[in-house]
Amino acid sequence: MNAVSELKTDQPVMKRPGRRGKIELKGISKQFTGSDVYRDFDLDFYEGEFLSIFGPNGCGKSTLINMISGLLPMDAGSVLYDGKTIAQTNISYVFQNYREALFPWMRAIDNIHYPLVLRNIGRKEREERIDKLFTEFDVRIDLNRYPYELSGGQQQAVSILRALITEPEVLFLDEPFSALDYEMTLFMRERIQRIFMSRNTTMILVSHDLEEAVQLATKVLLLTRRPTRIAELVDVNVPWPRNTHTLTEPDFVAIRSHCLDVFSREVARGPRA
Amino acid sequence: MSTELTASAAPFDDYIARFRPRFYRFVRFAIGPIALFAIWYVINAAGLVDQRLLPSPIQTIRSLVRTIGNGSMLMDVGATMYLVLQAFGIGAGLAIPIGLLLGSSEKVYRSVEFLIDFFRSTPATALFPLFMLIFGLGDFSKVSVGAFTVWLVIVFNVAHGVMNARQTRILAARSMGASKWRLFKDVIFFETLPQTFVGLRTGVSMSLVVIVVGEMFIGSTSGLGHRIIDAQISYRLADMYASILISGVLGYLLNYIFILIEKNLIHWSGR
Repeated sequence: MNAVSELKTDQPVMKRPGRRGKIELKGISKQFTGSDVYRDFDLDFYEGEFLSIFGPNGCGKSTLINMISGLLPMDAGSVLYDGKTIAQTNISYVFQNYREALFPWMRAIDNIHYPLVLRNIGRKEREERIDKLFTEFDVRIDLNRYPYELSGGQQQAVSILRALITEPEVLFLDEPFSALDYEMTLFMRERIQRIFMSRNTTMILVSHDLEEAVQLATKVLLLTRRPTRIAELVDVNVPWPRNTHTLTEPDFVAIRSHCLDVFSREVARGPRA
Repeated sequence: MSTELTASAAPFDDYIARFRPRFYRFVRFAIGPIALFAIWYVINAAGLVDQRLLPSPIQTIRSLVRTIGNGSMLMDVGATMYLVLQAFGIGAGLAIPIGLLLGSSEKVYRSVEFLIDFFRSTPATALFPLFMLIFGLGDFSKVSVGAFTVWLVIVFNVAHGVMNARQTRILAARSMGASKWRLFKDVIFFETLPQTFVGLRTGVSMSLVVIVVGEMFIGSTSGLGHRIIDAQISYRLADMYASILISGVLGYLLNYIFILIEKNLIHWSGR
């Protein structure tokens, strides 16, 4: 798989609609075994953004997206997507551990069907929607196989297709590529960018890889140690698509090293009581 | 000419190559039983054990062939299997739904865990007198002890299967908006299947044990247990050994059938 050379540099610049709703996190609090992970955490950003979340180990990156995606209850606070609650918003979630997130008793194709089955969509319409998605992303995986018969990268690709089939307004990605090798990671980052550029989906990514966090984001959310606050919200104004060349360009490097400075400063502070 | 020769020889070589590993596997499989019969034969021929206690393997096999031939052995196998399957069916049928329910609420399971572990640890045979009081001396008291034993082991395994279901898969289905019922039927049920099969396989073996013991001591007129004890009392030892062999074959086959079903049904297990 010649992943990196597949990148097309002549992609048009993103087209975004005029009005963009706001995503508002207000007063989020969460305790684990009596100690604060979050206390009165606020954050505003806009729909259609690609938000990367980066921070010290154990600061609660996954906890944050699990709360704002509705998988984990919060002790206090609210999340509104353009005024709607999580339950009223169409979201999808891609897990780090694709092995445990796909359903091994279903063929890959049935895994992709499943979210639509849950929405009581008839087989004919499901197949049409899946065909459309596959043409868009040029899927070359044998989807009649069971997940465990596919490679790690293919399994995560199936997870992502399963997440996209419902055309979510918000897509949550929890360290989606951390179990893949570097070649596959670069390829998947390129795929995710294409998806982001071709749709209005808001993307929220947790990453432990700063390069990845900056490469994919319109905004990088840098977090502190617990109780977790915003260290800085960094804009990434680098043109799309961002290929392997981008990773060495001065603008990109400058933003990346700024993020690294902030991160190092937060790590150096040590755990707070 | 020479090319033709190799071409015609090739399929035969393929044939050999394909069957050789299978042949070796069969040989390895057969070494144990053949060795057992050989040792048995030598002990018997050398008179190391009183021949009145240990008939020769040839006498035993002859008795086996004769009793299978005249249908009496198969009648007893049939009678035992009839009870084994009843006990297993009743036990499993009641255990799977209850195990699913108990497992889905850890709090509820913890409150009955001690009872399940206690009765699981109680020898099933210790319950025979009690069940005879309740259900009388007929076959149903055997079936009920068997069913109770099967029920316990399957409830235990199913409930643990539910409690140990992979959280990520459950979260994945929830993030897609699966209702509780869909989550249960589409995800948790399948997650539980490998552990359920551990319970089913153990259960069917225990069912055989309980029924055969029951046939020995609760007024039976047929079945392998009855046959074994009857042969022992009337000193037909070749028949006794033959019946023990058949009981072993039966237990082995029951287990093997479940392994086959498991392999085909739960293809994802351990992958």
